[in-house]
Amino acid sequence: MNKKRNTVIAALLLLAALALILILERILPPTHIALAVLKKGCIYSLVAVSMNLLNGFTGLFSLGQAGFMLIGAYTYAVLTIPAADRGSVYMYYGGGIIHFSVPVIVGLLAAGLLAALFAWLIGLPVLRLKSDYLAIATLGFAEIIRAFFQWDELGVITNGSNMLRKYPSFSTTLYPFIVSAVCIGIMVLIINSSYGRAFKAIRDDEIAAEAMGINLAKHKRMAFCISSFFAGIGGALLAMYQTSIQAATFRSSMTYEILLIVVIGGLGSVTGSCIASFLFIASSEWWLRFLDTEMTIGNFHVPLLRAGFRKVVFSVIIMAIVLFARNGIMGNREFSINGIFRFFKNPGKKKEVKQ
Amino acid sequence: MSANVLRVNDVTMQFGGVVAVDNLSLEVNEGEIVALIGPNGAGKTTAFNCITGVYEPTNGSVSFCGTEIVESYPHGKMKKLYRGENAGKYAKRILPTPDKITKEGIARTFQNIRLFSSMTVFENVLIAKHMRAKQNLFTAAFHLNHAEEARMRAETLELLKMQNLDHLKDEIAGSLPYGIQRRLEIARALATEPKLLLLDEPAAGMNPQETQELAEFILQIRETYHLTIFIIEHHMDLVMQISDRVYVLDFGKLLAHGTPDEIQNNQHVIDAYLGVSEDA
Repeated sequence: MNKKRNTVIAALLLLAALALILILERILPPTHIALAVLKKGCIYSLVAVSMNLLNGFTGLFSLGQAGFMLIGAYTYAVLTIPAADRGSVYMYYGGGIIHFSVPVIVGLLAAGLLAALFAWLIGLPVLRLKSDYLAIATLGFAEIIRAFFQWDELGVITNGSNMLRKYPSFSTTLYPFIVSAVCIGIMVLIINSSYGRAFKAIRDDEIAAEAMGINLAKHKRMAFCISSFFAGIGGALLAMYQTSIQAATFRSSMTYEILLIVVIGGLGSVTGSCIASFLFIASSEWWLRFLDTEMTIGNFHVPLLRAGFRKVVFSVIIMAIVLFARNGIMGNREFSINGIFRFFKNPGKKKEVKQ
Repeated sequence: MSANVLRVNDVTMQFGGVVAVDNLSLEVNEGEIVALIGPNGAGKTTAFNCITGVYEPTNGSVSFCGTEIVESYPHGKMKKLYRGENAGKYAKRILPTPDKITKEGIARTFQNIRLFSSMTVFENVLIAKHMRAKQNLFTAAFHLNHAEEARMRAETLELLKMQNLDHLKDEIAGSLPYGIQRRLEIARALATEPKLLLLDEPAAGMNPQETQELAEFILQIRETYHLTIFIIEHHMDLVMQISDRVYVLDFGKLLAHGTPDEIQNNQHVIDAYLGVSEDA
């Protein structure tokens, strides 16, 4: 009965979110910052959950997320620019060598698949490494990919260091919301399946996991490919959101941003990653903007406020979180409907433990 | 005489210049409880690690139920460094990863408990069912294998009931008392459906009462699951009570082997390990 009730409530919540987005789109001007935050928040949720799958659930400390997003973004853009527009986009490379374009949905899937393929190839040598070494190797990979995609010789495909643009994009917030929701849903299903349990076992104790018959190499590669697949789709969505992309955008600082979201949300919590994504994007793009502009209240000139001060405050907040709330917003728990019911039924009382 | 379950042939494990296990040969027969004893640092756990694929032995082979599961010979820089015997006897390299050995039917526990501490008791045991489940990522994620998943869960619950752990099934494993963690680790090993169970110091840190309970528990699971058990232990009461045969290791070398009575009266073993009890 509880299960049924929860499904109904979850569906209602999802519908409410959809309705809220529709209403916001109606009443707010299309350029309003809140809509931009929602769009980018959806995309970052997807990428953060994909990173959490690897870092939080499988315990593989990888910093290659921006690289896989880049692969996804480029794959999508390269494949979907309409044939008629290729001449103007690839103006320095004689129109490029690709003269067809595929539908958006195919482009998105291809973005994920190519990112996963790269992950598989890189995983062969890199996944033998542990902890910090794995982080360094994947970070290096992301940097190499970024340089590689800007390589002049590849210009006929990637347009070198020039922008890719004119590919199909989305105008409504519903689009990234639905794509992200479906992708995150699939990841949650994987995490709750037998394979997800195997990933968590590897995180908790590799040696014991292996002694329980879990093939480490296979499962690590699997987690790496799944994570990269969805990071690729996230990259493609980001490309759509920005309407033009350039390899130079996908710096390692982007990986750090996502890592921060994952840590703030809680390693091993999907809902934590989602909540943190929206909070992070909203604060960095919207709520803390006022710190960047000088302000005078009456005769009082507020000190410190100037361009760039936002970043200082932001860093302080992050340091505070890492120092005082190391588990992040959710720890490794999930935001669940059962949890809310428990909270309202016996407020302040912790979950009873049956002995 | 019943069939050989485990046979270790001339296994030598050398780390750099240190020979941790030196030309060890032993066998464990079906249905037996065999103990491996010896002073600290004698190489008992290293021997276990060679059998279960955690280490690649420098030389020697291991067979399980008549098939070779591990074999190696000195190669690479060990060619020059090797100080053990039987250097030319083995020519193949069979080096499975530990998960393959578990799949063959050898389960083990660890000297320092290695549970999945953030997962529940139920999940800890359920993990062991993963390797034998007929499923792939797609069917598992989209619940197309619900019959298989239901079977895994039912088997896990049954096992927990038999081990009297079912009332704790939703507890986080890392928060349980030490003795229960030990029992859970054995239950988890049993869930892999082994023929041979390797127990690495299961009674470590237990008081005499708990050790006695453990002895009964080990005898009981041998009956219930038709197991062969190979055990490393320092509690001599336990060893002498339950084991059919005992091997004694000292500085990596096999010092003696025989029935518990023979071992207790073996002068070499008394000198090296057992010592003389004060009231004797």
